[in-house]
Amino acid sequence: MNMIKKLMKTRKDSVIAFSIVIVAYIVMQSLVMTGGLSRSLSGMLVPVCAYIVMAVSLNLTVGILGELSLGHAGFMSVGAFSGIVVTTALADSIPSPMLRLAIAMVVAAVFAAIAGVIVGVPVLRLKGDYLAIVTLAFGEIIRNIVNVLYIGLDDRGLHFSLVKQNFVLNEGGEMIISGPVGVSGIDKISTFTAGFVLILVTLFVILNLINSRHGRAIMAVRDNRIAADSVGVSTNQFKLMAFVISAAFAGMAGTLYAMNYSTVTAAKFDFNMSILVLVFVVLGGLGNIWGSVVAAALLTVLPEFLRAINLNDYRMLIYSILLIAMMLFNNSSIKQRLLERRRVKKDLKAEQRKGVA
Amino acid sequence: MALLEVTDLGISFGGLRAVDELNMCIEKGALVGLIGPNGAGKTTAFNMLTGVYRPTDGGIRLDGENIVGKKPHEICKMGIARTFQNIRLFDKLSVLDNVKVGFHNDITYTLPESLFHIGSYHKKEKMMDEKAMEILKVFDLDGQWDYKAANLPYGKQRKLEISRALATEPKLLLLDEPAAGMNPNETAELMETIELVRKEFDVTVLLIEHDMKLVSGICEYLYVLNFGRLLAEGTPSEVLSNPEVVTAYLGG
Repeated sequence: MNMIKKLMKTRKDSVIAFSIVIVAYIVMQSLVMTGGLSRSLSGMLVPVCAYIVMAVSLNLTVGILGELSLGHAGFMSVGAFSGIVVTTALADSIPSPMLRLAIAMVVAAVFAAIAGVIVGVPVLRLKGDYLAIVTLAFGEIIRNIVNVLYIGLDDRGLHFSLVKQNFVLNEGGEMIISGPVGVSGIDKISTFTAGFVLILVTLFVILNLINSRHGRAIMAVRDNRIAADSVGVSTNQFKLMAFVISAAFAGMAGTLYAMNYSTVTAAKFDFNMSILVLVFVVLGGLGNIWGSVVAAALLTVLPEFLRAINLNDYRMLIYSILLIAMMLFNNSSIKQRLLERRRVKKDLKAEQRKGVA
Repeated sequence: MALLEVTDLGISFGGLRAVDELNMCIEKGALVGLIGPNGAGKTTAFNMLTGVYRPTDGGIRLDGENIVGKKPHEICKMGIARTFQNIRLFDKLSVLDNVKVGFHNDITYTLPESLFHIGSYHKKEKMMDEKAMEILKVFDLDGQWDYKAANLPYGKQRKLEISRALATEPKLLLLDEPAAGMNPNETAELMETIELVRKEFDVTVLLIEHDMKLVSGICEYLYVLNFGRLLAEGTPSEVLSNPEVVTAYLGG
C-alpha cells in the first residue's frame, strides 16, 4: 500500500538525518583526537551542543506550539544552576563525572520543568505579542532571582538565602552560588560526547513527540485553537505540556553549558541569550527541527570560522549579511516559486499514481 | 427520550438578545435543519450547543445529561461534534493527521508512550491510520491523505472537516452551512454524502443551511429562527408554506 511505503520513507529520512548527526560527531571527535581542530573551535564544541538543544527545545514552543517565547534563557539558567548545585553536592558520593552529569541533567530538567509550570500557567492564558512580552519578563525575573541567590554546602547540608548571605558555613564548607558573583571553580565535567548524547536524546524525544497523538494535539492547537477544542483537545493542557517539555530540555542544555566553564554568572543567561536561540529557530525554520540543528551549529561556528580564515575584521559584517540574506530568502518569491514547483511535481506524481491504480 | 433537548435557551451579549427562548427536541437518528435569515442566531445557537458560548439561561441536555457550563472539549467527549461556517482545519497538518486528531479521546496512549514510542504506541497508531483511511474513503479523500489540509480544494476541505468531526464518534453531528460556497453540482453531491454519513456512521445530524433546496431535499424536520426567536417548526413542506417564514425570508 502506498501509505505504508510513504511512512517508511519518512522513517528512512529521519534515519538518514540521525546518521548525519552521528557522522558529524565522529568526524569532529576524531579531529579533536588528532589535534586537527584549533583551540577556539574545539572549545566551542560543548556550547554548540547546548545551543542545538536550546534551539530544538525552543522550536517546540515557537514552531510546534506556535507561541513566541522570549524567555527561554530563563529555563536554561534554572537548569544551569540546579545542575551546578547537584554536581557539587554529589562530588564526593559519585566519583564518575559522566554519571554525575547525567544525574545533574535529570534534576535540572525537573527544576526547569517546575519553573516552566510556574511561568506557563499564567503566561499561556495570553496570546501572541502579549505572551511574548510576558515570557520576556519572566526570563528577566528568573535571571534577577538567580542573581541574588546564595547557596552554600557544608557538613550540615545545603544552605539557601536570597538577597544577602545570612548563613555561616561550618569549617570545610564551601559556597556554591554567591549571588551576583555567580559560581566559580566549577568542575568542568561537560564533554563533547555528553553534549552529543544529549542532542540525540533531545532529537529522539521531540521528534517522537511530534509524531504522536500528543504532538498532533499540540499542532492542532497551533493551527486552530477553536477547532482543536471542538474535536476534544483540551487546549490549555496541551499548551502547557509543550511549554513544560520545552523548558525541561532547556534546563538540561543549561547544565551542559554551565559545566563547560569554570565560572558562571546569572548574567550569562540574559535576554541576548534568548534572542540568540530564537534567531537559530527562526532561521532554521519554524517547526523544522532539523533546520534548528543546522542553524544553531552553523551560526555558532561561523564567526569562529571567519576568524580562522583571516576575515576577522569582517566577521560580524558577514554574519549579519548572512542573517539578512536568509531572512530575505525566507520571505522571497523565489522560495515560494521553488516550493510551488515542488508541490506541482508532487501533485503530478499523485495523479499518475491514481491513474495507475 | 430525545437525543438532544433544548429548553428555553437564551443568550445576551450586553443589551443584544441574540437567541431567546429556543426550544428544540431532536430524536436519535433524525436529520434536522436549522434555518433562518442572516443574523437570526443560528451559529450562536450552535456555539451554545458546543460550549463555545455559555447560555445566559435555559438548558441543554444530551441523552438526558446536562451540558450547560461544560467546556467545548468536554462536550465533544460527551458526543457532539461540529463543523464551522468558515472552514477551520489544521492547515499545516496532513489530511490524514487532521482526521487522526479527531481520535484524540477515543484511541489514547500515555505521554511516555508518545515520547519514547514504546508500549501500545505502534499498535494504536496503526489502528488510527486504518480507521482514518476508512473515513477518508467514504469522502473520497483517501487519494490525498498526504496533502496538507490547506492545499485541498474548497469542496474537499469541507468534506475533510466532516471527516474529522466523524472521527470523534459523535452521537450528534452539527454542520454549520456545509454547502456554503458550493456550486449546485457540489451541493447535490454533498446531500448524498450527508445521507450516506447518517446511515454509515449511525449519527444524528443537525444542520444550518441557507440553501432551501438542500434543506427541503434531505431534512425531515426544520426549525426556523428569526431575530433569535423560533418562528416556526415542522416538516419542510409545512414550514416552507408558512406565510410567516416566507415573509421573514423574502421581506414583507
